[in-house]
Amino acid sequence: MTILLQGFEGPLFDWSWVRSHLTSEIIPALVGHVYLSFVSVAIALVISLPTGVLVARYRKAYAPVTLVTGVLYTIPSLALFAILVVVPGVGVGPKAVIIALVAYSLLVLIRNVVAGIDSVPPETIDAARGMGLTEGQILLKVELPLALPVIIAGIRIATVTVIGIATIGAYIAGGGLGALIFDGIDRSFPTMVITGAILATALAVATDLLLLGIEHYFRPWARAAGRRG
Amino acid sequence: MMGGLFRVFGRPEFPGAVARHVELSAAALLVAVAISVPLALLVNRSPLASLIAVNIGNIGRAVPSLALLALAMPFLGFGFAPSLVALAALGIPPILINAATGLREVSREVVDAARGMGLSNLQILTHIQLPLAAPVIFAGIRTSAVQIVASATLATFIGGGGLGDIIVEGFQLSSTPVLLAGAFTVAALAIVTEVVFGALERVFTPEGLKVAKRRQAKR
Repeated sequence: MTILLQGFEGPLFDWSWVRSHLTSEIIPALVGHVYLSFVSVAIALVISLPTGVLVARYRKAYAPVTLVTGVLYTIPSLALFAILVVVPGVGVGPKAVIIALVAYSLLVLIRNVVAGIDSVPPETIDAARGMGLTEGQILLKVELPLALPVIIAGIRIATVTVIGIATIGAYIAGGGLGALIFDGIDRSFPTMVITGAILATALAVATDLLLLGIEHYFRPWARAAGRRG
Repeated sequence: MMGGLFRVFGRPEFPGAVARHVELSAAALLVAVAISVPLALLVNRSPLASLIAVNIGNIGRAVPSLALLALAMPFLGFGFAPSLVALAALGIPPILINAATGLREVSREVVDAARGMGLSNLQILTHIQLPLAAPVIFAGIRTSAVQIVASATLATFIGGGGLGDIIVEGFQLSSTPVLLAGAFTVAALAIVTEVVFGALERVFTPEGLKVAKRRQAKR
């Protein structure tokens, strides 16, 4: 490609750079990005599942929990990173990025756990109780499995959000695909910027579609209804 | 520490950065609304087009904001205009999705009843469909506005200015007061945007819909 651009020397996209940096820079950045996003959503899920179950039982806690997580969700990521790096014991690096990504996931995950449990019909729970299931069994064998598609929908939204915000984490040395974007901007080298941006977009869209597929898989009744319908 | 923070707020370039941030966000939101609402009206003519628009919108929502801003740079260069284009593009999907779904959800019976009463297509649009879909459309505009205000912080990386400039300066100088002054201000701006647009959403909800909602809640 030989398109020349204002402010840049050389071509818009230099394939030879991609070929020569594929294993040394591009793939490690992609793997790092996946790892950062996965760890963050996993930690957020460990927090949100019990919180969501508790909040579904004690309704009074729902408003304060969504207010706090909602405010966290609204804070622009660069601002949250800036606040986190000055917290003693955090500093720049993947730790601050993971804390921020966990914070951003909480609202969506908790809200969907609660909505998922709410979606279970009361008659189903009555039937389970009538069959002699204990409260714990009802939660694990009836409520959570039936809530699963809604919970997975939450995981999907949280993961896609986290993949997007993780790119900004590279600014505070979190690594991942954002590092290609920021290095490319610093060096006025569009190839790196485009590679990082396209891969981050592709990763987010592919993850979205993959989790959407999984969500449908865990909705067997919807599939059955679809066949019948 | 607090004193240092207030010294940053008092610096001559601070109000300028806030103004630039608001200006960039408002312009981007206006462009996003001006594109997505007419587009939603257009696709509403066919269920298939509406479905396609919503699906493309959903894919668009997955695009990372930094990726979009970064991609604007090699093609459009640095500065205000490239940032505006990227932020407007970022703001389109939430409004398009909500406007297309909101219009579609206005029930056929209501539209048929209006036609039976002799309303023209234009009247049905302006007196029936748009008011009934308004709460959903405004919810989309709110999501979009908050996202634009937050992402405008990243415009600094492609020379768009705004409060991101202050945060980046804080990082470069390793200055906690500068860092926090920028961070707190932009966080407050995002929260204010959320609250203001939430209020607008209630204002633009037709009285009849509020009554219907209350009645449904009582059941």
